[in-house]
This record gives sequence, C-alpha cells and structure tokens, in this order.
Amino acid sequence: MEWLERNVPKFVLAPSFVAILVFVYGFIAWTAWISFTKSRLMPRYELDGIGQYERLFAAPRWDVAMNNLFIFGGLFIVISMVIGLMLAIFLDQKIRAEGVLRTVYLYPMALSLIVTGTAWKWILNPGLGIQAAVRSWGFENFTFDWLIRPEMAIYTIVLAAVWQASGFVMALFLAGLRSVDTEIIRAAQVDGIPTHRIYSAIIIPTMAPIFLSAFIVLAHLAIKAFDLVIALTNGGPGYATDLPATYMYAMAFSRGDLGQAASSAMIMMGVIFAIVVPYLYSELRPRRDQ
Amino acid sequence: MTSNTLLRWGLYGILILFALFYLMPLFVMLTTSLKSLEEIRTGSLLALPREITFAPWAEAWSTACAGTQCEGLRPFFWNSVLMAVPAVLLSTIVGALNGYVFAQWRFRGANLFFAAILFGCFIPFQVVLLPMAQMLGLMGLAGTIPGLIFVHVIYGLGFTTLFFRNYYVTIPQELVRAAKVDGAGFFRIFWSIFLPISLPIITVSVIWQFTQIWNDFLFGVSFSGPGSQPVTVALNNIVNSTTGVKAYNVDMAAAIIAALPTLLVYVVAGKYFIRGLTAGSVKG
Repeated sequence: MEWLERNVPKFVLAPSFVAILVFVYGFIAWTAWISFTKSRLMPRYELDGIGQYERLFAAPRWDVAMNNLFIFGGLFIVISMVIGLMLAIFLDQKIRAEGVLRTVYLYPMALSLIVTGTAWKWILNPGLGIQAAVRSWGFENFTFDWLIRPEMAIYTIVLAAVWQASGFVMALFLAGLRSVDTEIIRAAQVDGIPTHRIYSAIIIPTMAPIFLSAFIVLAHLAIKAFDLVIALTNGGPGYATDLPATYMYAMAFSRGDLGQAASSAMIMMGVIFAIVVPYLYSELRPRRDQ
Repeated sequence: MTSNTLLRWGLYGILILFALFYLMPLFVMLTTSLKSLEEIRTGSLLALPREITFAPWAEAWSTACAGTQCEGLRPFFWNSVLMAVPAVLLSTIVGALNGYVFAQWRFRGANLFFAAILFGCFIPFQVVLLPMAQMLGLMGLAGTIPGLIFVHVIYGLGFTTLFFRNYYVTIPQELVRAAKVDGAGFFRIFWSIFLPISLPIITVSVIWQFTQIWNDFLFGVSFSGPGSQPVTVALNNIVNSTTGVKAYNVDMAAAIIAALPTLLVYVVAGKYFIRGLTAGSVKG
C-alpha cells in the first residue's frame, strides 16, 4: 500500500511516457526505418541502404523545395525580426493607444494559415486584387502578378507569412524591452546618452536570448510551413513554390511513394534537429544544477 | 523642439501605416464577403460595398460546395467543435497532472523524461504522419473524429505539460512537504492546493490548445474522412472547388466563419493568448 502511495506520481506519468515513447520516438524510428527500404505504395521492411535518399537528392522537385525553404526561411526570419524589433522599439516610446496597436499587430497569429492563405490569394489575384485596384486608380501599367509567376510566387508566401508572424515577434521583443532594468536606462539618460545609443549599446545587447528564441520559433515555423503554401499557391505554378512539407505530403498521400515521403520527412527532421538541439541543450542545462 | 515633434509624428505615422497593413486583409475579406459578384467584377478591391448583401454568408454557411458535398461549412464547423472541445479538455487535464509531477514530485530520470517531452514539441509532424496513418487504421479510428481527438491529445501533451510545469515550479516545495506531513496524498494536494490557484494557467493552456487544434490543417487533411473533415480542410476545399462560377464573396465569408472562433478567443482573452505564445519560446 505504501509502495503504491509512493509511486503514484510515476503512475500518473506512465500513460504520457508510453504515448511519447511510442507516438513520438517509436514513430520517428519507424519513419527512419522506412526511409532505408524500397517502400512504395505499401510499407516494406527489408532494409535497402540509402537508395531513397539518393533518389530524393536527384529529384528536381526536391531541389526546388529545398531551395525554396532557404529563400522563404531566410527572408521570412530576417524580415519578421526586423519589423518585429522596429515595431517593438517604436511602441516602447510611450505611445498613446499602445494597447490597441498591439492588438492589431498580433491578431493574425490567431488565424488559421488556411484563412491567411485564402485572404492573400484573393488580394494578390492579378485580375481582381491589388493590381486591378491600382490600375483602376489610373496607373494602367502597374503590375503585381507575383502569384502567377513561377520565379516570384515564393515571395508571396514570404509576404503572407511575415504578415502573420511579425506581430508575434514584436510581442516577444516588447516583453524583452520592458524587462530591461530601468535603473540602467535612467542612469544612461542622466549621463546624456542619446536614445538611439541607449538602444544599440545597452538594451539590444541584453536581449540576445530573445533574439535566439525568436529565431528558433520562426525557423521552426518556416520548416513546418505547409498550410499556407497549400492555401495560397498549392505549390504552384507547377511546383515552383513547393516546400519540403508539401513535397512530403504529395509523396505520402497523392503519389503513393512512402519511401520518398519517409526520407524527405527525415531530412526535415534533420534540419530542425540542427537548429533546436543546441538550443534545448542550452535551455535545459542550467535547470539541472538547480 | 520642432524636430522632436516631427519625430513623434513620424513615429505615429509609421505605427499607423503598419496597423493598416495588418488590418487590410481582414478589411478586404469583410467587404468582399458583403458584395455581390457583379460588384466584385466591376469595383475595386479596396472599395466599400455599394450595396450590402448577406447572401454570400448564407451560402458559405449552408450551401457552398466543398468538393462534391454542397452543404456549406456548417457540418464541418461542428466537426471542428466536436474535435476541439474534448481534445482541449483532455490534453489540458493530462498536462496539468504531468506538470504537477514534474514540478513537485521529482524522481530519478524525471529530468530526462521532461527533456524527451520537450523535444517532442519541436518535431516536424511529417515525421509521424505515415506511421500514425497506419496506427489509426489498426485502431479502427482512421477517418473519424475520435481519431483526430486522439492525435491532437498526443501531440498537444508536450506544450500543456510545459505550461503547467513552468507554472507549478514557482510554488515552494515546503507547501507540499507540509501537506504530506498532515497526511494529504498526491491527489488531495493537487485538488486542494494546486488546482485552486491554477485558473490563469488553465486559461493559457485551453486557449493555446484550442487555437492550435481549431487551426490545424495537416492532421485534418491527413487523417479525416469525408464525414469528419474539420473546418479548415472544408474551407480549403470550398476555395479550390472548381464547379460553377468562382464565388469570391462566398470564399471570403467562409474564411471569416472559419476564423471567427479563434478571433473571438483572441479578442476576449488576448492577454492569455500572448502568454501561451511566449511561454513556449521564452524560458519559464
């Protein structure tokens, strides 16, 4: 009875433990295994070396998807951070109606990416959207048809994704700005140091952990980006806006190529690993010596 | 002094410009959903509707075609409700108990297990998509709402556990020790000490999970059947439906309907929404 009493906490955790073990780690192992087999429509379990990965890296469509990930991910992260930091610093200047502005900047984060994609698809529609509106104001030659141009369509995804996430980055940075010790700032002001120097030399350097957090969250969003592409371009024109996530989905559910689906999923996981593991390690370490 | 005033004006100008940028899509969705198709063809994207019509809303709700099914968003909206409510409650309850153990009832290996759970929050779901499809088939849950609830509870656990663990870890361990001396057990202490102070974090967890699950598309499109599709999947089908004339006003009305529940949550409880967003990324 006492043994039971003592082990209640472990019993409470047990279902989650089993669930995480099976549905996260077991499933990752399963996918990894499949990525080393000749599985097509149905899973096959005889190992067959790295053939799937060779096929993957030889596929032009995967090449486009990875290139797009770097273009999209890079621009999305940098632009969201720049806008987020700028808005946070501006909002930090004792702005009237700060609450209202904050609410407006952040609401896109509450929306489904399918909704965001649907809205932007309509706005960017050359025949009826912004292009048509500006032309109707008398600028007959105005052109904004990125959505239907294969080499530009990926930038429409950047635009919509920045719209969705930059307010969130603003909120992160604003919380960071507010947590900087006001004593130091007041002392600097008394010494007559100009505001922009206070920001660049005192406040921003102390926010390094927040830059890191924002980067991790944005990189994570970029690698997982799926819904937005489906709703905005559906990977098109052609497969010009494919990302690894849409490639994986196409292989798994419309092409019936489990081997390619598994190996592309493993690469996605590898990319996230490379970014998140060092971060988690540094986050968890101080807790251990508490 | 004048240059300072000018700077202030510039500051407000930029802030308002960005506010307009964020509001523009919502404005366009709303005005487009209230226009007739005729007015959409002839008028400008940014113009207010000359004549307001609610017909697109009625069509989006009850007759618009998603694929071959022409019942509007209504059945799918209820699918999403039936999926989200139990999944949110279950994952929050389990997360609360897990967090309570991790914060107050440490045992050997608990830290490692916590790290394993935390890591599970970050995996790209593509890596579990194929085996989960097989597993749901084996369990007889493929293409059903209970199947989707199951998936959302499993993959939501990490975040809810993290929320509660970080909240309960701030409560002094002496409190638990004293309660134990008084003869209170594990559940008794949870029930009468921890639960009463948990309202803020329960709110954060419920809002976070609800937003995630309501807005989910990947699991919905991968694991649902014709009768169990969530609203996001149906919205995408309506927008991409190729039968008949392209009804942009209906698309926009459908998009707003699909967005309304999470938008409402944001407006009513924005503070907690932001806390959920930042709790996952800033060290608790």
